[in-house]
Amino acid sequence: MKKILCMILALAMLIACMCTLTSCSKKNSVTLNVYNWGEYISDGSEGTLDTIAAFKTWYKQTYNQDITVHYTTFQSNEDMYAKLSSGAVSYDVIIPSDYMIARMKNEGMLLPLNFDNIPNYQYINDSFRNLYYDPDNQYSVPYTYGVVGVIYDANVVDEADAGDWDLMWNEKYAGNILQFNNSRDAFATAQYKLGLDVNSTDHASWDAALAELKAQAPLVKSYVMDEIYNMMESGEAAIGAYYAGDYFTMLDNQADSVDLQFYYPERTNYFVDAMCIPSCCQNKDLAEIFINYMLSEEPAIANAEYIYYASPNSLVYESEEYQEELGEEAMEILYPGIENFSELYNEYAYRNLDADTLAYITTLWESLKIS
Amino acid sequence: MKNNKPNRGLALMQRLALAPYSVWSVLFIVVPLLFIAYYAFTDSAFHFTTDNITRFFTATSEVADGDGVKLVRTYLVIFWRSLRLAVISTLICLVLGYPFAYLISRAKPKTQGILITLIMIPMWMNFLIRTYAWMTILQDTGILNGLLGLVHLGRVHIIGTESAVVIGMVYDYFPYMILPIYSVMTKMDVRLIEAAHDLGCSGAGVLRRVIWPLSLPGVISGITMVLIPSISTFYISQKLGNGKFYLIGDAIESQYVANNLHFAAAIAFILMVILLISMAFMQRAANKRASV
Amino acid sequence: MKPISKVYTALIMIFLFAPIAILLMFSFNGTKSLSVFSGFSLHWYQELFRDEETLGAVKNTLILAVSASLISTVMGTAAAVGMDKLKRRYLRAAMDVVTNIPMINPDIITGISLMLMFVFVGRFFGAATSLNFGTMLIAHITFCLPYVILQVLPKIQQMDRSLPEAAMDLGCTPLRAFFKVEVPEIFPGIITGLIMAFTLSLDDFVISYFTTGNGFQTLPIRIYNMTKKTVTPKMYALATIIFFVILILLLLSNVFDANTAQTIKEAREKKKAKSKEV
Repeated sequence: MKKILCMILALAMLIACMCTLTSCSKKNSVTLNVYNWGEYISDGSEGTLDTIAAFKTWYKQTYNQDITVHYTTFQSNEDMYAKLSSGAVSYDVIIPSDYMIARMKNEGMLLPLNFDNIPNYQYINDSFRNLYYDPDNQYSVPYTYGVVGVIYDANVVDEADAGDWDLMWNEKYAGNILQFNNSRDAFATAQYKLGLDVNSTDHASWDAALAELKAQAPLVKSYVMDEIYNMMESGEAAIGAYYAGDYFTMLDNQADSVDLQFYYPERTNYFVDAMCIPSCCQNKDLAEIFINYMLSEEPAIANAEYIYYASPNSLVYESEEYQEELGEEAMEILYPGIENFSELYNEYAYRNLDADTLAYITTLWESLKIS
Repeated sequence: MKNNKPNRGLALMQRLALAPYSVWSVLFIVVPLLFIAYYAFTDSAFHFTTDNITRFFTATSEVADGDGVKLVRTYLVIFWRSLRLAVISTLICLVLGYPFAYLISRAKPKTQGILITLIMIPMWMNFLIRTYAWMTILQDTGILNGLLGLVHLGRVHIIGTESAVVIGMVYDYFPYMILPIYSVMTKMDVRLIEAAHDLGCSGAGVLRRVIWPLSLPGVISGITMVLIPSISTFYISQKLGNGKFYLIGDAIESQYVANNLHFAAAIAFILMVILLISMAFMQRAANKRASV
Repeated sequence: MKPISKVYTALIMIFLFAPIAILLMFSFNGTKSLSVFSGFSLHWYQELFRDEETLGAVKNTLILAVSASLISTVMGTAAAVGMDKLKRRYLRAAMDVVTNIPMINPDIITGISLMLMFVFVGRFFGAATSLNFGTMLIAHITFCLPYVILQVLPKIQQMDRSLPEAAMDLGCTPLRAFFKVEVPEIFPGIITGLIMAFTLSLDDFVISYFTTGNGFQTLPIRIYNMTKKTVTPKMYALATIIFFVILILLLLSNVFDANTAQTIKEAREKKKAKSKEV
């Protein structure tokens, strides 16, 4: 019996070694490394398009070459930044948010794009060009954009109470309210409510926001990030702030006893996530081909339908098929008024804050959490 | 006359056996630690400073206190909270697990095998999924409340309280308490217990004077394997504590994410030192007991 | 077993298996809900098998866990043997401390510290990327080793020292004595250590996150990403499959253990008989 066990063990080790060796040899083929948010690309589940697989097929057909795509995900801009800045990993395409792009650009971590390789850029709406984080449109190609709004269960909440940020501070719904479990977003809700600048470097402004959050704390059921989906859908909580696209994801999955509605408060957060090429990129041409592919009609529509976030790509929002798929109500919510987007965006979007302010925010956040 | 050659060969063999691990441990345990110490005692320009360490002990925050505010030491409060929850969980694991380990060790070998196998199964289920399953059980709209509703027993609010976090930690680390104790108990000489009985010891007496001291190495092992991860856990507190309990693991994570690597390293360094010292004390206490 | 023991055992088992029963049940749920069961369906299993990313992650995790647990068990058992015989007090204490450190360190710090070191070394050698399967393997072995040693060392300490000595007196070389006498005695410890190492490696999230490079995604990381949007029972389907695989493996190893226990018993009897003769 022992001998059999030894043989099994030896065999297992052999298989392990072989697998490592084969994965080593794969490095000789062309590889593309993509770093994106989690669940932020159409991946083939529930009958949708598997974008990465489609890209590989398309590339094979067009260039007659096999490629390997390593698709990794990150949880937050800061996580991605930490990994990239340490030099531990190398990616060819990354998809961070605006303020992080500004930071990385300033620190020389991005490569300027060669738009000759990205002809599909023409389909990006003008409102999304020349934004603060990339004023000369050299380093990024917008992927999605969105606005933060408030989601509530109409079966629990009175219509009259809804409309602005104060619903999240309403004592009538104590124990039914959800708040962001990350400092920047949580403070922002308080700052928008008070009419403060979310990019202020004035400590007093942040202190005021903290006071609001502390006042809210006894009413909060839970500080959430991705837990919000489950909690809103099952009726565990009735009020929460999140991104418009995620509202539709929740709407799809809500329990029978729950009736989710959505609205934008007057002052709220606008964001853009864009595709960039980091300076550690090992295959710039391939990266640009990939970006161009993501802008082409079929993948762009598939991604937009899967993620449910708004797309800055005219091939998407002007497509009849897409408009039908989403429905009128969704189109209205996701694409409120693209004309004054730049204006609102420049006023309300997050900007990168300096180290001192960031350290101060972290301290305030901790004091909220331990009270 | 004993031949000395096998003994020398034995000694050589034993020294060789330890070699790979010695090298490995220096490279991959000691050196990274030096990195932590290095980061803990330097600032962002990599100049020597003790600011990070002192910050841990002196940073203060304002918290509500009745009608007014009071100042508390931020990280000491966080540490104390983590320690408290970890100790509670460890004690519950010990109280529940010790008798259970004893039961198993006295059962028939076949039963023992089955029981141990059963205990190990939750360990294999992915820890994130297990925590999610507990969320769906403990939620206000969850399964527990559903069941209680069926029998008209009213609702309980567990999720988001410390109890939920403790339940989560006990569940995750329970097998780690049982296995070492069981491991030691199976090697315990039953005749000692029988002898104690024969000499007139009561049940409780046997437990206190014979079983407990003999099982102590296993208990220490179990406590170590439960207490340490419990102190530094952060996922459980986020999911089952509804993000309301900011523990030392959360603190380290948020400092890392905010790119304050030096302070994160400082917190880790201090935590490590505290844990090492307490482990040393525990070992001493165990050795003293064992020699009595 | 006395009735109260049986009741106690049953209660503990209910506690341990309640969440597992829940996720088994909900993996067959007809809807996406995680708390309301409505109808039986294999839909999530179909989704799972279409999900290439998850299947890739499973493969990666298995390769990593098998390699890490085997290597750490061999190294750890050897280490435990060596540590047991350390005469000098300070060396022994040093070894104890060093062994305990990976267990004491929060995962996040072990992960970050290893990452820093690998990056430093990588930069030193001018590599483009410093993290890959190799670095993950090293990290996993490192955190598995203490647990193996912690399982094997007590067994060695409790072992009857006269047995290997008797074997050597009877003409065994030290190596042979080790493999024929000591190993069977401490085998339960070794196996427990191996299984523990395997479990730890399988389930590790935090350390893997910091030491992984491109493209090598393990299952816990994949599951963590799956929970980032709406959590569907697909995750539960995955857990259910893992559960049944584990169940079968453990049942098999249980059978093996029973045989080992039998072999150990017989070996002991033989030795006792032999020493009586002398």
